[in-house]
Amino acid sequence: MHKKPKEPLIHMTKRDLVPVKNAIAIRAAAILLALVVCGVITALATGLNPIEVYITMFSGAFGTSRRIWIMGKEIAILLCISLALTPAFRMRFWNLGGEGQILIGALGTASCLILLGDRLPNAVLIPVSLLAAVLCGAVWALIPAVCKARWNTNETLFTLMMNYVATQLVAYFVIVWEVPKGSGKIGIINQNTEAGWLPVVFGNRYLLNILIVAVLTICMHIYLMYSKHGYEITVVGESEATARYIGIKVSRIIIRTLILSGAVCGLTGYLLVAGSDHTLTTTLAGGQGFTAVLVAWLAKFNPLKMVFSSFLLIFLSRGAGEISTIFGLNKSFGDILTGIILFFIIGSEFFINYKLHFRGHESKGGKR
Amino acid sequence: MAERVPAVSLRGITKTFGSTVANKNVDLDIYRGEILALLGENGSGKTTLLNMLSGIYYPDAGQIFIDGQEVTIRSPKEAFDYGIGMIHQHFKLVDVMTATENIILGLKDKGKLDLKGASAKIREICEKYGFQIDPDQKIYEMSVSQKQTVEIVKVLYRGADILILDEPTAVLTPQETDKLFAVLRNMREAGKTVVIITHKLHEVQDISDRVVVFRKGEYIGQMITKETNPQKMTDMMVGHAVTLNIERPDPVDPKPRIQIEGLTVRSEEGIVKLDDVSFTANSGEILGIAGISGSGQKELLEAVAGLQKVEAGHVYYVEDDGTKEELIGKDPLEIQKMGVALSFVPEDRLGMGLVGNMDLSDNMMLRSFREGHSVFTDRKHPHDLAEHVREELEVNTPGLSTPVRRLSGGNVQKVLVGREIASAPKVLLTAYAVRGLDINSSYMIYSLLNKQKQSGVAVIYVGEDLDVLLELADRIVVLCGGKVSGIVEGRGADKNEVGLMMTKLGGGSDLA
Repeated sequence: MHKKPKEPLIHMTKRDLVPVKNAIAIRAAAILLALVVCGVITALATGLNPIEVYITMFSGAFGTSRRIWIMGKEIAILLCISLALTPAFRMRFWNLGGEGQILIGALGTASCLILLGDRLPNAVLIPVSLLAAVLCGAVWALIPAVCKARWNTNETLFTLMMNYVATQLVAYFVIVWEVPKGSGKIGIINQNTEAGWLPVVFGNRYLLNILIVAVLTICMHIYLMYSKHGYEITVVGESEATARYIGIKVSRIIIRTLILSGAVCGLTGYLLVAGSDHTLTTTLAGGQGFTAVLVAWLAKFNPLKMVFSSFLLIFLSRGAGEISTIFGLNKSFGDILTGIILFFIIGSEFFINYKLHFRGHESKGGKR
Repeated sequence: MAERVPAVSLRGITKTFGSTVANKNVDLDIYRGEILALLGENGSGKTTLLNMLSGIYYPDAGQIFIDGQEVTIRSPKEAFDYGIGMIHQHFKLVDVMTATENIILGLKDKGKLDLKGASAKIREICEKYGFQIDPDQKIYEMSVSQKQTVEIVKVLYRGADILILDEPTAVLTPQETDKLFAVLRNMREAGKTVVIITHKLHEVQDISDRVVVFRKGEYIGQMITKETNPQKMTDMMVGHAVTLNIERPDPVDPKPRIQIEGLTVRSEEGIVKLDDVSFTANSGEILGIAGISGSGQKELLEAVAGLQKVEAGHVYYVEDDGTKEELIGKDPLEIQKMGVALSFVPEDRLGMGLVGNMDLSDNMMLRSFREGHSVFTDRKHPHDLAEHVREELEVNTPGLSTPVRRLSGGNVQKVLVGREIASAPKVLLTAYAVRGLDINSSYMIYSLLNKQKQSGVAVIYVGEDLDVLLELADRIVVLCGGKVSGIVEGRGADKNEVGLMMTKLGGGSDLA
């Protein structure tokens, strides 16, 4: 009576490399399935026609040329933050301090605009404020990086905490520079002179932002994929032991990469203040430092793929906003739909990496 | 005595991993109230066998009997139900929890969580057997030996009466080892059964009642400890010399290349890993390093390669004209540039030297990516090199863009060794280069090493298989417990003599 253990009802095995075609098909199926599920839930919960809801979502994002530009601007900002986090993430350094690094960069820009706005011509003010933003962001990321490199502190907690410090610093300076006194707000900086504002190109307020981020995306892609620095980052991320073994100074790479990460976050802060919002508030980054984490993960830390994942997330959030306005639904309803769609997209990764076997359906004979 | 029913009987146990046979038709009896030592070289299948008894692995064939009843053990929990508990080499503890919390973790007792009661029970166990731990201390505040104690108490708390310890002394200082042995003896007095895996002869003599010897996955024999001696145990452990017909060309114009003087290394825990090691490796010869695993081989190679903090001593690189340069204090990159290449095949193969998620070309690039002044990496040469290594060493891969972690162990090793040789080194350090390789691949590696030697490279070969070392190496440095136990000529060396040097400092069979 030698009983073998019973085969479990479902068990999973890791797949071999899946061809790109199949992987895309699995993802497309996931999105389709997500839309169906969302449709059913919409119909059940609100009694609305799901097709109509989807159309509204679409028009919310693409309905007018203004909407398209706004979407472009938002994608650019989110993409820029994601690009900033990516070098750190590829090194397995979980920089969750995007929010703080952006705010500090924005603070650097705002201080230049406010304090030097009347004294310097734009040709000097723009590079000075840009440099200030980039330096501030870099320093904010450098602090946790040095601690990680020296004492192996936990970067996740450290960068997260730096966000709160940054928020408080910004809150302090908002009060220092508030206009008018007692309002607790800075208002639009240099509203009359537009000193230090990024210029309008081809008649569009946001185009320059978008172009800067587009160039940055390509540069970052080349840097990460083809440069020696990028290669070092990958090696450190994959295996620190191997990195040391081939003579890479791990702590140097950590510090160098985080300076870059923070600098690009600072640049985002600059684009927000000088390029689009022209003001400084504690909620300037608006949680996008965290949304960018999702963007980077969805794209598997590949800068070009991030264009798609940031588009998807912005599209979803704008569409969700639109349906809650049009149909008078609670704002949370849009978030629920966004949540479902993301769940399916992330869930599909599981099916790309693993294969499920059901009891009884397995052909005998040790087939993989 | 001989009429006793064994507490555990294994019959015909076989376990294979892929093409590697870890255990072949093993029979083993374990009796109540004894301390049984399982002795064998690394990779002889001791741990695998006991993992099957403790529910980590499931045997491919064979039967397990407990108190004469046939049983199936599918999980560690089922093993506990039969009173079997194993203390693994790598502790499975949650750092931020206290000893008590760790010990009761995962137990499904009815009613409210009773930490106080558990602590009291743990204190009772400690008192009974003479353990010294504080149940309320957090794990991260504990020393390695205290953590091990927690693991043992955990097993006892769950009511195990057959305890399996996998190389428990590997991480302990001699004083801690004595303490552990005292506790194990107390447990035997209390009627518990203890199975201890080791490859240190003096420990077998110290603690065990009976010793069972394994070699290459097979049960070789058993002896009553009191009636045996180191010579007999070594003979059983290493077996008769086997002729492998590995080519051994004569050394080519040997001149000192690496000179090591009084090298002493301590692990982070403060345990001495290398103790006053001195020897010279010559160009144009293969210097073998023999020793049971954990005798300091890893530390030795890493010290030469600049990866290991050294407490005392010198490592000199000797130029052709006799000028010496100190390697200690140089960083790995500088040492690499001087022509010292290290191909270390660690237990997990990918841990050091290769990046699992990168493909063949990118892994080839690890050594060469800094070349050239461009900020961009040169992908062409690594790609060509990958192609070359793949052809030359017959690496079996679907393509050059396959991540190396998808390759089989043997192919991974070929990639690693191939790359190191391609850097045209002056000194080639290899460790366990043929670990897990099939015969053909192994011979290919041997002939590669011979070619290196004939072109004047100083090859240092750390090996596991004595037979190979005896046929491949020109000279053999034998390590024992971090000390040089002896240096012998490879030609005409006696296997048993070397085996004894591995297990006892200086060798010799004068002591029983």
